[in-house]
Amino acid sequence: MAGKKSTFRWRLVLILFVLIGALIYCFPTLVRETPSWWPKFFPQDKIHLGLDLQGGMHLILEVETAKAVESAAERIKNDLKNDLKKEQIIFTSLDRVQGDKIEVVLLNPEVKEKFDTYRKEQYPLLQEIDSKQEGDRVKVLLEIDPRYREDREQSAVDQALETIRNRVDQFGVSEPEIARQGANRILIQLPGIKDPQRAKDLLGKTALLEFKLVDEGYDLSRALAGDIPFGDVILFQKVEDPKTGAVRKIPYLIQDKTLMTGDALKDARVSFDQNNMPYISISLNPAGARDFDRLTADNVGRKLAIILDGNVYSAPVIKQRISGGAAVIEGRFTLDEAKDLAIILRAGSLPAPVQILEERTVGPSLGQDSINKGIKSIIIGGILVVLFMIVYYHLAGMVADVALIMNLLIIMGVLAAIPGATLTLPGIAGLVLTVGMAVDANVLIFERIREELRLGKPPRAALETGYSKAFLTIMDANVTTFIAAVVLLQFGTGPIKGFAVTLSIGIAASMFTAIVVTRFIFDYVLSKFRVKRLSI
Amino acid sequence: MEFFKPGTHIDFMGKSTYALLFSAAMILIGIISLILHGGPNYGIDFAGGTVIQVRFSQSVSPGEIRESLKDVGLTGMVQRFGAEGVGEYLIRLQTTTSDLEGLSATIEGALAKRFEGKTVEIRRTEMVGPKVGKDLRTKGLQAIIVALIGILIYISWRFKFRFAVGAVVALIHDVTITVGVLSLTNTELSLTVLAALLTIVGYSLNDTIVVYDRIRENMGRMRREALEKTVNISINETLSRTILTSGTTLLVIVILFLMGGGVIHDFAFTLLIGIVVGTYSSIFVASPLVVMWEKWFPSKGEKRRT
Repeated sequence: MAGKKSTFRWRLVLILFVLIGALIYCFPTLVRETPSWWPKFFPQDKIHLGLDLQGGMHLILEVETAKAVESAAERIKNDLKNDLKKEQIIFTSLDRVQGDKIEVVLLNPEVKEKFDTYRKEQYPLLQEIDSKQEGDRVKVLLEIDPRYREDREQSAVDQALETIRNRVDQFGVSEPEIARQGANRILIQLPGIKDPQRAKDLLGKTALLEFKLVDEGYDLSRALAGDIPFGDVILFQKVEDPKTGAVRKIPYLIQDKTLMTGDALKDARVSFDQNNMPYISISLNPAGARDFDRLTADNVGRKLAIILDGNVYSAPVIKQRISGGAAVIEGRFTLDEAKDLAIILRAGSLPAPVQILEERTVGPSLGQDSINKGIKSIIIGGILVVLFMIVYYHLAGMVADVALIMNLLIIMGVLAAIPGATLTLPGIAGLVLTVGMAVDANVLIFERIREELRLGKPPRAALETGYSKAFLTIMDANVTTFIAAVVLLQFGTGPIKGFAVTLSIGIAASMFTAIVVTRFIFDYVLSKFRVKRLSI
Repeated sequence: MEFFKPGTHIDFMGKSTYALLFSAAMILIGIISLILHGGPNYGIDFAGGTVIQVRFSQSVSPGEIRESLKDVGLTGMVQRFGAEGVGEYLIRLQTTTSDLEGLSATIEGALAKRFEGKTVEIRRTEMVGPKVGKDLRTKGLQAIIVALIGILIYISWRFKFRFAVGAVVALIHDVTITVGVLSLTNTELSLTVLAALLTIVGYSLNDTIVVYDRIRENMGRMRREALEKTVNISINETLSRTILTSGTTLLVIVILFLMGGGVIHDFAFTLLIGIVVGTYSSIFVASPLVVMWEKWFPSKGEKRRT
């Protein structure tokens, strides 16, 4: 019996190891605050609660990647226009059409040949998809190489993800989750957020910062009447009256040529003027500072419009050449607005606009309600099951109950230990469900043992056969539930994922407790006492 | 304590014709209900839309809430949420707006104006765009199909193919009837309800497998018996366990259904139906199918009397 004894000891060590481990991981969750004697190297984390339990905001954004491709096409078009002029390849028009295609009308077929050679050499990214002769002219339709296009789309999403992550970090949300979802979606979870609108403004802004000159050589009222000079656009500055809250729009006639963008920014901070009004001071990186130096030197006395996402923020007069790369953006900001704008400027712009596809906000009181009700359900359901097992199986039922309680402890411990695991409301339901299901394995075993006892086998033999015959059945039954749980894990978002996680852990834990732990207890009792009759 | 005395012998197989007729009728009713309702009653998760959960300090009438929404030019469905008298309601709107806070502020304002003297709290706002809803619908269906295939493969590997057929038919039976009942009771098909359906797929198989396991074991011992008799004996032998486990699970789900709160209500309801149907089907659908399959497509090489 030496072998038997050593597996006995080995099993005891394993069970104690798991139990103590589970208790240690559970502890921070069970107490309000970890006491001072709790060792620093022990786990400190409570079970992570999902947004539906602790309240917060869940967003799914879609990056409009087509827009990123369009702006790439726009850049290429502008470059091409300049280069063709330089190379004296004569065209009558050159435009961006159908979003991301470029249409060139060339003077004649000869020029077309010249253009083709030049394009293949200098613009390998552009592919001809159509060319038509119209009289003398040749109309060519170009598209961007699909591989480059895909590349742009991909990097637009990557960049957007990075930018949003930066913004959230600077906004100061504890434990946010930001992840890519599918090809062009971004999932954002902000637990415990108090002002959803502000968070959304902060995250959703494209924040394309542009510096353009104001066209003062033309009559603004004529432009507003619809007679806009070539190359100009009308943009507005929104001014909110601090008392009435009414929004006034001030029009500006702007030369539509971007002199500098937010890329030139190194830093942006909130400062206050002598009236204690917030403004944003920006500092530029070396290249930006050089550009700004030249830009201000060339345009002293003119107005420079600072434009964010198509809205004019301010349009100060350039009083003198500004070297050193420092500038300010004034606007009538509230303190929060100024702070958020500084964050956005620091974090950089989104490469393409984003659209909100899904938004869920849960208030903290609802979450607390759900927790309370969930815990109540677990306790009452648990007690009923525990009592039932004792009534039906007597002492053996108590053994199963020990396994059940240990099962719950293990699930909680594992939930606390896995960094990515969260307990959601469906997760609590999963926990309740596990309570019901966990005893299943023991019911199977006990029914088997009863059958064997009826056949007249002595306790130890009945136990032995009961466990070994029930084992495969338990295995098969659990594997199928596990398959369903894994599919849910792949498919699910947020709350559902939480359910799948709890269920999977519950299945694994219940196999351990119902088979290993109960068996150990029976073996221990049988070896210590002379048992003539099993209480089952 | 014992619910079923050893030696219980109920002739389940003899009643299998009635059972199959009953199942067919249930499925038919479910399908008719689905057709009459124009498909499942998709919640905003799958159909897109906006849901706002509000709580008043006192109970008010849903009709009045609807009226106050009209005052601000909104039309929506209003339903009581959770128990009566709590004063909690769900407002469901078709619109999907990116300015959800603006919308909920509008609604809060309208409600506060109409129900003066009672406090209004916006507890939850959810907006799902139509694109996401459609995606989730496809993915949800995919999930159920993938789970079924995975299970079919596993059972074919562990048992024989004829068992796998019976098990999967029983599963489809369970899911169809459950979805039918959801349609009859006008329960919204949401993400959590889908999770419940997938759980049923996994769970209802538990019972089936336990019975199958016993059939397989008894087939070895009772080579001379007719398969039908072996199956019947196996069902009787495992009956105690089947009822017990379903019983304990149902016990906790009933608690969850009664006390879990509004958000979990539909989830618990779906599980409740699914587990009852699943337990029934493992005895009355999955097992008879194995016998029928054997009658229609006798397995070669094994000599047995039918």
